[in-house]
Amino acid sequence: MSTQPAIDIREVSFAYSGATVLEDVNLTVAQRETLCVVGPNGGGKTTLLKLMLGLLQPNKGEIRVFGLPPRLARPKVGYMPQHVAHDRHFPITVEEVVLMGRLGGRGLSGMLGWYTKADRAAAVEALRAVGMEAALRWPMAALSGGQRQRVVLARAICTQPELLLLDEPTANVDTLAEAQLFDLLGQLSRRMTILVVSHDLGFVTHLVEKVICVNRRVAVHPTGELTGQTIRQLYGGEVRMVDHQRNLVLSTGGSHG
Amino acid sequence: MGEFWDALQDPNYPFLRYALLAGALSSLCFGVIGSYVVARRITYIAAAISHSVLGGIGAAVYLRHAAGWSWCDPMYGALAAALLSALLIGFVSIAARQREDTVISAVWAVGMAVGLLLLAKTPGNIDAMSYLIGDIHYISRDDLALVAVLDLVVLGTAWLLHNKFVAVCFDEEFAALRGVQAKLYYLLLLCLVALAVLSLVRIVGNVLVIALLTLPAAVAGQLAHRLWQMMALASAVCLGLIVAGLALSCTYDLLTGPTIVLLAAVVYLLAAARGRRT
Repeated sequence: MSTQPAIDIREVSFAYSGATVLEDVNLTVAQRETLCVVGPNGGGKTTLLKLMLGLLQPNKGEIRVFGLPPRLARPKVGYMPQHVAHDRHFPITVEEVVLMGRLGGRGLSGMLGWYTKADRAAAVEALRAVGMEAALRWPMAALSGGQRQRVVLARAICTQPELLLLDEPTANVDTLAEAQLFDLLGQLSRRMTILVVSHDLGFVTHLVEKVICVNRRVAVHPTGELTGQTIRQLYGGEVRMVDHQRNLVLSTGGSHG
Repeated sequence: MGEFWDALQDPNYPFLRYALLAGALSSLCFGVIGSYVVARRITYIAAAISHSVLGGIGAAVYLRHAAGWSWCDPMYGALAAALLSALLIGFVSIAARQREDTVISAVWAVGMAVGLLLLAKTPGNIDAMSYLIGDIHYISRDDLALVAVLDLVVLGTAWLLHNKFVAVCFDEEFAALRGVQAKLYYLLLLCLVALAVLSLVRIVGNVLVIALLTLPAAVAGQLAHRLWQMMALASAVCLGLIVAGLALSCTYDLLTGPTIVLLAAVVYLLAAARGRRT
């Protein structure tokens, strides 16, 4: 089981109504690996994650997640979408949102979607992990964009996944929260496979050993090989590359060693 | 108000007591389903379903006279039409999102057209207006029983599956990823909307019923932080509106349906003016 790759993508192509987004993608991610997905906007990063989740079907090729078709592997996968596009006025508390990560359980209570004590404990635990446990009973409408994003991350963690897919988790998050997130991913990476989409290559290079570069085609580079040249080729422009010192400075006060 | 109280106890006006009871029962499922509808922002779908109900009523009334189906109560026709249009709109919105609004307006208008056509073709003195804006004089003991059954089905289903409905309304994609049959629950929700609409068609009519489904929930939405709080509050508001509307219409000899709806609009405007969010 442990030798089976977490993600195995072979010869996959995908097009949105004729416009090719991904072409001839081959990618293997071993279990317990943490990788970063980088690439320009519209390059296909989110599409790649949605293919892994079975939310999109490839036009060509085959995808296996833990040896299963993506749809069947969903119980093992936690997902944090890029856009927290939910209705801001929806009457719902932070706890209720995080508990959604516990849906799909077994037995009668799972069938009816009733949450158990263990589910509630897992929700609190997940909120603690993202530093939002104080907001348990708050209405979602009272949160800032960055706080909402952390709640959605907690929801993904709360599914207790074997594979965690995070689509730009640092987009609206302030610098301190980014440092905490960095710590958290470090801890989680010991238990699970993680793919993080990020534009912040400083953040990336410190956390992972390999980077998945997505721009219509997909290539995997060891982080050490990432030079200004390859980055510029990928993005065709300037990128924050070496500012991860800031993360280190901020996280020395916390649990980060 | 004294007149309303006297009329309630008058043995010559049993329909008034039935209307009050039907209103009290319906306000529970209206608060619950209305909250889902408002939170999920599908009030226009609920409106299309309730308008299409007239097609079923027309068909049932016509068949009863033309084909001699004496068992064919208008409410059976209404039930069939409501469920049919709920499923039709549901399937279309799942299959082809971009054309959803066209189909909704088509179902809306076609249902009304079929109903008006068949009611006009039915021999005898059929008052289409009584179905459009409701008429409490026609409420019978059987209607009351129907309302109670609808209530039980709607509330029971919502109570059992509330968390799943919340998940599907809040974030359909994530719910699907957690193994919830999101599309199935969406269809089920639309069917519950159809059943809820039926329970008040007699009192406020199929055109005006949408106001009672959405306005109390919208008022409650100004105050509630959780969906179940919104539901409880919306039910209370709905009940208050129905009782006050019945009393006003009885005292001043006004049409009941329009009176209730205008009251609802006033309460909503007051709440929106005072509220944090509109």
